[in-house]
Amino acid sequence: MSDKKQDVGTTGHEWDGIKEFNNPLPRWWVWTFYATIVWGIGYTIAYPAWPLINGATRGVLGYSTRTEVASEIDRFAEMNAGIKAELAAMDVTEIAANEAVSNYAIQSGRATFATYCSQCHGAGADGVAEGNGYPNLLDDDWLWGGDIEAITYTVTHGIRNGTDDDARFSEMPAFGDDYLSDEEITNVVAYVRSLSGMESMGNVEEGAVVFADNCTACHGENAQGDREQGAPNLADAIWLYGGDEQSVEHSVRVGPKGAMPNWNARLDEAQIKAVAAYVHQLGGGE
Amino acid sequence: MATTDSPESPQKLYAAREPVFPRRVRGKFRALKWWIMALTLGVYYLTPWIRWDRGPNLPDQAVLVDLAGRRFFFFWIEIWPHEFYFIAGLLIMAGLGLFLFTSALGRVWCGYACPQTVWTDLFILTERWIEGDRNARVRLWNAKWNLRKWRLRLSKWAVWLLIGAATGGAWVFYFTDAPQLLGDLFTGNAHPVAYTTIAIMTFTTFFFGGVAREQICIYACPWPRIQAAMMDEDTVVVAYRDWRGEPRGRGKQREGLGDCIDCNACVNVCPMGIDIRDGQQLECITCALCIDACDEMMDKVGKPRGLIDYIALKDEVHERAGGHKRSLIKHVLRPRVLLYTFLWAAIGVALTVMLFVRPVIDLTVRPVRNPTFVTLSDGSVRNTYEVGVRNKHGESRPFYFTLGIDSPFMVNVEGTVETMLSVPADTEGKTRLYVTAPAGTDMARDDRTEIRIWVIDGVTGDRTFHDTVFNGRGQ
Ligand code: SF4
Ligand code: SF4
Repeated sequence: MSDKKQDVGTTGHEWDGIKEFNNPLPRWWVWTFYATIVWGIGYTIAYPAWPLINGATRGVLGYSTRTEVASEIDRFAEMNAGIKAELAAMDVTEIAANEAVSNYAIQSGRATFATYCSQCHGAGADGVAEGNGYPNLLDDDWLWGGDIEAITYTVTHGIRNGTDDDARFSEMPAFGDDYLSDEEITNVVAYVRSLSGMESMGNVEEGAVVFADNCTACHGENAQGDREQGAPNLADAIWLYGGDEQSVEHSVRVGPKGAMPNWNARLDEAQIKAVAAYVHQLGGGE
Repeated sequence: MATTDSPESPQKLYAAREPVFPRRVRGKFRALKWWIMALTLGVYYLTPWIRWDRGPNLPDQAVLVDLAGRRFFFFWIEIWPHEFYFIAGLLIMAGLGLFLFTSALGRVWCGYACPQTVWTDLFILTERWIEGDRNARVRLWNAKWNLRKWRLRLSKWAVWLLIGAATGGAWVFYFTDAPQLLGDLFTGNAHPVAYTTIAIMTFTTFFFGGVAREQICIYACPWPRIQAAMMDEDTVVVAYRDWRGEPRGRGKQREGLGDCIDCNACVNVCPMGIDIRDGQQLECITCALCIDACDEMMDKVGKPRGLIDYIALKDEVHERAGGHKRSLIKHVLRPRVLLYTFLWAAIGVALTVMLFVRPVIDLTVRPVRNPTFVTLSDGSVRNTYEVGVRNKHGESRPFYFTLGIDSPFMVNVEGTVETMLSVPADTEGKTRLYVTAPAGTDMARDDRTEIRIWVIDGVTGDRTFHDTVFNGRGQ
């Protein structure tokens, strides 16, 4: 840079006859370099930087990514506060008619579902595995009712949980415990499966008699179920605990009873309504 | 540089800029450049103001880059983001066009149409109006900073700033409704991005056109380095016929001298500050101003024109041997140029064809895979698809989904029993589509069935399809 005449000499390095001059670094370069050092020191004082045994220096500006995330979350919560209050105050049956609220409900319901419900009902809401007793929420078959009010009630109070007095409750006896003989069980399984057009060993006519004597109180005369008691429809193609011979027999013997927590203890009203709205629009809602 | 270990004076790392004061020149190439300047600047400044009726929901602007809506409008053509290949194609054509012109005519782009050249020309023009021609400017440059110098300099800078602001101003008009934005700009209601953009463009125009000028072409622009690869001995460039001009010399007594009278006119007019008589140089943008200047001199001294001329490297050998100037066509018609032309035209034709055959309706279909299927209580099997239909018309339209007339599948749009989706003007309608195979059918049983989803425009009857698969129970 400087045009002073000077005798700089070489560094003594030589490659293939090319020698390196010992020119000083340009002044601006050196000053930039010093400036970056000063900047670097200042930075590690201002921001969290040096690792200590438990954690790291905090930095005098008190910056932390955690508080930043928390404040972002707060910001969004604040932005949505109005519409959330509106949702909480609204009757569930009116949500669908209000585009803004229903959009908010479905989107936030999707997130709530993923956080709290997907463990049992699956990320896609089709139950964890078909026939394992975790209801598929996409189909048109509902144990306790599939309109949005029924769904809201189920989410709020849960099923057979023992922690909410208003929980939906019913119990199928374990018919294997001396209620029915093995033969009667085989026959009633054959009858129930025949309602869906499936064959199995056992006498269908005798099974029908066993069914009429023991099962119609809950499942109804034609085995179409009873939503008052959460009794499944046995004449359709959907099997909560599996429709093959062994599975149906197992259900008759032990009387399985799934439970669901009451979410009123953990979710606020708007969250419950949102999750109900989300589930209701998944394809099975009535 | 000496080969000693300790040189007398170490080389400077950077050469200081030699100020360039291009003199005014007249001639056919200068006239051509004025026309091109008027045309390019006119197109640039006026295009956003051309109106085009786009229906009620969009600004009536013929050329509009709608970043918020991710659309590009060009008269009757509308480009949506999924059709960005049109823009990519145009960019490739622009690149190939540059190759084509460079291989045929050297840096004509640089000399005539490059924005850096056009705006620098405009800036030099205003400079000349305010401060006078070359000699006056050189004097002013060397003068002390007195009142007159300040007055001239400040008025020059003010005009440059105005041009810069107008340049930045015109730029932002391409991105939104121009008349609306112009009002907003003056009332202070425009978006901050608009003001920032104008500020940046004003500064860069001022700096590039007023201060940096030829240094942009020499140091900042990569093209001078690349263009050499496009050129060969047939490429037409600006050159000095040294076999005719040398030995140069002033004076009446021209015995033994060439045609060059060493008047330096060619050097004085050059905006790049070079002497073309030194031979072809990286800095030369082939603007031909030196040709005009020298032709004027040749006319004065009664010699034929063309001492400096557009010629090719090959011509030197040819003309030294006494041959005549070869025609431009002979230079231009060669395989390399034809190949570039062919490629360029092929892409152009392909884009045009695609423009006309692109589907009127756009349909996207994405099967939902979580879960792949749902069994309904009557035993039928349902699949869900996320579908999107783009309505490019200026009005809301109904679109109908179908799987074909005698398909046993049933189709309905989420939340309805309908097969119809109404899409508002110029938007993409998105919904979930349910396709149900009745119980007991093959499709309900089979693992996978190929299906074709059709969508029909309820107004025009235009239709298009998307092939996808239907997942059955697989048992
Ligand atoms: S040498 Fe001639 S053609 Fe090249 S830049 Fe200068 S004036 Fe233009
Ligand atoms: S303008 Fe023509 S005559 Fe004058 S110095 Fe240049 S080449 Fe020679």
